[in-house]
Amino acid sequence: MSLWVDKYRPRSLDDCHYHPELSSRLKSLAASGDFPHILFYGPSGAGKKTRIMATLRELYGPGVEKLRIDQRVFVTPSNRKLDVNVVQSNFHIELTPSDVGMYDRVVIQDILKEIAQTQQVDLNAKQKFKVVIINEADSLTRDAQAALRRTMEKYMTNMRLIMCANSTSKIIAPIRSRCLLVRVSAPSDEEMATVLTHVAKKERFHLPATASESIIEASDGNLRKALLVFEAMKMQRPDLEGDIDVARPDWETYCAKVADMILQEQSASRLLEVRAKIYELLSHCIPAHVVLKTIADRIVDKVDDELKASVVHYAAHYELRMRQGSKKIFHIEAFVAKIMSVVKQYALMGMTEDWE
Amino acid sequence: MATFGRLQTAPTPQDPRLQPWVEKYRPKTIDEVSSQDNTVAVLRKSLASTNLPHMLFYGPPGTGKTSTILALARQLFGPDLFRSRVLELNASDERGIKVVREKIKTFARETPRNAGVSSDGKTYPCPPYKLIILDEADSMTQDAQSALRRIMETYSRITRFCLVCNYVTRIIEPLASRCSKFRFRPLAQGSSQARIQMIADSEGVQADPGVLDLILQLANGDLRKAITYLQTAQRLHTAGDSPTPISVMSIHEISGVVPTNVVDGLLRSLGVEPGGGINTALATGFDGVRAEVRRVGREGWSAGQVLEQLHDALLPLATIPTIPKANAAIAIAECDKALCEGGDEELQLLECCLRIKEALGKA
Repeated sequence: MSLWVDKYRPRSLDDCHYHPELSSRLKSLAASGDFPHILFYGPSGAGKKTRIMATLRELYGPGVEKLRIDQRVFVTPSNRKLDVNVVQSNFHIELTPSDVGMYDRVVIQDILKEIAQTQQVDLNAKQKFKVVIINEADSLTRDAQAALRRTMEKYMTNMRLIMCANSTSKIIAPIRSRCLLVRVSAPSDEEMATVLTHVAKKERFHLPATASESIIEASDGNLRKALLVFEAMKMQRPDLEGDIDVARPDWETYCAKVADMILQEQSASRLLEVRAKIYELLSHCIPAHVVLKTIADRIVDKVDDELKASVVHYAAHYELRMRQGSKKIFHIEAFVAKIMSVVKQYALMGMTEDWE
Repeated sequence: MATFGRLQTAPTPQDPRLQPWVEKYRPKTIDEVSSQDNTVAVLRKSLASTNLPHMLFYGPPGTGKTSTILALARQLFGPDLFRSRVLELNASDERGIKVVREKIKTFARETPRNAGVSSDGKTYPCPPYKLIILDEADSMTQDAQSALRRIMETYSRITRFCLVCNYVTRIIEPLASRCSKFRFRPLAQGSSQARIQMIADSEGVQADPGVLDLILQLANGDLRKAITYLQTAQRLHTAGDSPTPISVMSIHEISGVVPTNVVDGLLRSLGVEPGGGINTALATGFDGVRAEVRRVGREGWSAGQVLEQLHDALLPLATIPTIPKANAAIAIAECDKALCEGGDEELQLLECCLRIKEALGKA
């Protein structure tokens, strides 16, 4: 039995519940035979990937859902071997080049050239071109993006690119100007409610309005999260009646605990305790920037208004440092220490430090 | 490595209907190149005398650098010799030091073969040298660039180089000094308008009034961007059963510009009346700003674009005193840098907004 997220994922553009104008636009593009390179962007859980797969189905028919997973080996100029997992069907190939870190340019060059230089073999295929899907396009290195530029123009006959990103800020301008930008915004609260009711109806039970509201509030526009939470809730309390609290992931509660610890006491020994907790979080593979952001969010909610701006300032500051540096824990700790000092200073003297 | 090397002319004849207009309307001769009069004049002279220096083309994207050199090469060598006399390398090819040493050097030292009679009956100047085009040369490594230095001199009798790049500062000085530099300016409004109008007419584009002007304004001197916008909009509007004229709204959507009501909402939460001046009565507390920033993120707008439009909306306001305005500009600049370096969008935007708010609050 598959999860509800997968079970009720729309297979075709017509089945998508929200953004009907987007669906109709994608549909007419797929039908026109003049399909451009596309860059899908939007927050996570908004349905980018679902729409990409539905568009592919629109382009090639159901054959595109016969997937196989390959492990490909690429060799860098310095003879290092890279293993990349590639998902492909007869008509498309999907890869996440950022998995290989700084060597993504090699993967992009090799794969695109290979696809671009082989024509569609299947005579029954609806389209003459193949599609390459690049996930997490915003974490591609500059080099890899530069490598895409001319390739995208040169091999337009045999290949189309579909890229999937959270934001266009990190995509270089030459790529943006070569793509059709498609924004997939997060569903509104009403739209999420419709989807939840739809799933409840398919599963043959009634979803009380209060439960639906609390799910929507907890998921913050992320439909994937909403459906996962919904399913978990249903497992715990089959009737969904009464006052139920949404099961938050444990790392979130853990982060909240850390934030509370910081606010309760500001001392060197407390810093050590916090450090142990943060190590615990990191060793459970929670991304460091998520940890920092969640802690900062929680602190902002709890401190006085005068302090909020400085907390955000330091969170932004250390988050950036973390991306530039390589040892994440240092920067989280620095952030925690700084926040402690700011809070303590405010409590003792009733003033905020001027961070300008 | 068959994949790499001589310029591959389109392997299969492409349905002209499906061709990107950027390729379709690439200038065929250098006289067709829009609004780069100085460069074209110099090149025309060198075409007549068939003597070419090493060249370095630089300028912002979409100003016709690649088009010019390709057109020039075509006019010099004609379609037959084009493949054997021109080597085009761009960032999508491997261009490390190894390639410079092997590929480029091998190609550079081959003596060009004699020109036969061209198949299309025209005569081409066909000078006795080959041309190596290094497109996007600013993404070549320092080492690879240094390796080129001596090659350029040794084989200058039989090979000419043309380096194409966006940022001339990323080309090492010894290379730059060996080339004659041509700067490509952003296209003047008039000439890009003529070009867009020509393409729109020959493709039979139906557009609402003001659409072409809007495209040019959004493209900001980048002709490729303008043509891509036009073609994408045309695709969208003719794809369905009943073609409709291109509307202003869809151009906005394609270009990824944030609608004014989103930016205005953000401005209001910062205590600025859009188009007016500071109005602290509008300012909301921390939570108001945070809610607006969250909304921007949820709707999927890119923080970089929001920042740019915030900047454009804030700076022309005459009623904001100089110092707060300057502080706001500093906040925007620092946020932009942080975003470029990979900072988290929501956090950075929120921080920037808070700083702007504080700066304006002191006015």
